[in-house]
Amino acid sequence: MYSDKVMDHFSNPRNVGEIENADGVGEVGNAKCGDIMRMYLKIDNDIITDVKFKTFGCGAAVATSSMATELIKGKSVKDALKLTNKAVIEALDGLPPVKVHCSVLAEEAVKAAVKDYYDRNGIENDIESPGCSCTSCCGDCGVEHK
Amino acid sequence: MEKRFVYADNAATTRVKPEVFAKMIPYFTEHYGNPSSIYSIGRDSAVAILHAREKIAQCLNCDPNEIIFTSGGSESDNAAITGIAKKRGKGHIITSKIEHHAVLHTVQALEKEGFEATYLDVDGDGIISLDALRAAIREDTILITIMYANNEIGSIQPIKQIGEIAREHKIPFHTDAVQAAGHLKIDVRAENIDMLSLSAHKFGGPKGTGVLYVKRGINPKNLILGGGQERGKRAGTENIAGIIGTAEALSLTLSHIDEVTPRVTAMRDRLIDGILKNIPYTRLNGGREHRLPGNVNISVEYIEGESLILLLDLNGICASSGSACTTGSLDPSHVLLALGLTHEVAHGSLRLTINDETTDEDIDYILEVLPKVVDRLRAMSPVWENRPDNKNK
Repeated sequence: MYSDKVMDHFSNPRNVGEIENADGVGEVGNAKCGDIMRMYLKIDNDIITDVKFKTFGCGAAVATSSMATELIKGKSVKDALKLTNKAVIEALDGLPPVKVHCSVLAEEAVKAAVKDYYDRNGIENDIESPGCSCTSCCGDCGVEHK
Repeated sequence: MEKRFVYADNAATTRVKPEVFAKMIPYFTEHYGNPSSIYSIGRDSAVAILHAREKIAQCLNCDPNEIIFTSGGSESDNAAITGIAKKRGKGHIITSKIEHHAVLHTVQALEKEGFEATYLDVDGDGIISLDALRAAIREDTILITIMYANNEIGSIQPIKQIGEIAREHKIPFHTDAVQAAGHLKIDVRAENIDMLSLSAHKFGGPKGTGVLYVKRGINPKNLILGGGQERGKRAGTENIAGIIGTAEALSLTLSHIDEVTPRVTAMRDRLIDGILKNIPYTRLNGGREHRLPGNVNISVEYIEGESLILLLDLNGICASSGSACTTGSLDPSHVLLALGLTHEVAHGSLRLTINDETTDEDIDYILEVLPKVVDRLRAMSPVWENRPDNKNK
């Protein structure tokens, strides 16, 4: 059962689309598992001025992508890196246990996009995979499972 | 087009037919006697069950004493398969890769207890090979259990021929007919069936009630022990209202089958053709020829099934999918994978199951809504740009 907030973000996802000439793009997940998220960042003076996403996946995958973009829009890049999957889950008023994986993918997508921005600009970074304690995916998503 | 409610998940369950429900009601509040009691209201219940048993026996062309009432399809499958296995003690079971979990998990549990099993492949249409079945038979094969019609893709197996092969080798043949009963004409004698499972809620009857037909002389060991109900073959006070509802629903639906089958098949084909024509990158899962009249199963590439189901629901359409997210497991539907679909394509499957209550307006509505919903999901899908004919790639 999805919360009303998950259903709201699924049926009216925020920030769907692409950004031309984005400053950072990150893609995580795998079609074999059934979910792929791609996140685009526009960054100005270390502030995320715009963010867009495209997601192939279930209701929770769309809702967590949408919520993650909301949570990092207007924030500094450093703050965006602090986004956790737990924060996404809380902001959505919870997720069914089998969908926790989707929130981890959303966190991963943000981190991958920031890493791309850092790498393009020659900024050293040690962005790590957050790891996932989910029990609901096939393991091909590229996310480290704890 | 105005939003409407379209229930297109009749393989999951059906609405109880009002005339069936009406026949059930008195057995809750008036004729509530225990059929095992000797006073009159108990005897009334026993007589009602007797008539229901006769009605069902007539529908299946068997003897009333070959009918055992159960709690539904899963119990019937368990009772038949485990019952034969426990009777024989050891041996080999032949089944298929596309069985319902009530069969698959039962056979797998028996494997853990030392039984052996062969899971027959299916072809692209979802049908087993009779040659492969013959080749799989061993000296110690104790049971063949092959479903009559598949719950996901609606493929109908060559039941009569399977039964013939089983008879030649003197192996009991069980079929899970949960999706077939009420939708196809079944004749257990002519089709060489030794055991058959059915469930009332798939054809306008109530949930929680089903039937196991067991041919005389087969005698699987009892699954549920206790009192002597069902001639000592299945303990537990009878679900009288459920039994009445099962008998009424089955005889009612079969009485209209000659009129309903062509009508529902025509709606099914219009739905399939409309989807395949109007939505690119879709494919029909399972063949057309040996297919249940009400089953449509389509893979919609580049999108995921659960989000498709949720968006259809927001538009009033109830459907289902075989994606991993909807199967609640790590993998998409085992049936779609057995057909040879990749995980990616199986994740985007959509099952629409219609029946005699479906109208042409319902079909129009689905055909109107579905392309829009698919477009919307594809527009936000990062894999959609990978499609072969994308000019902006």
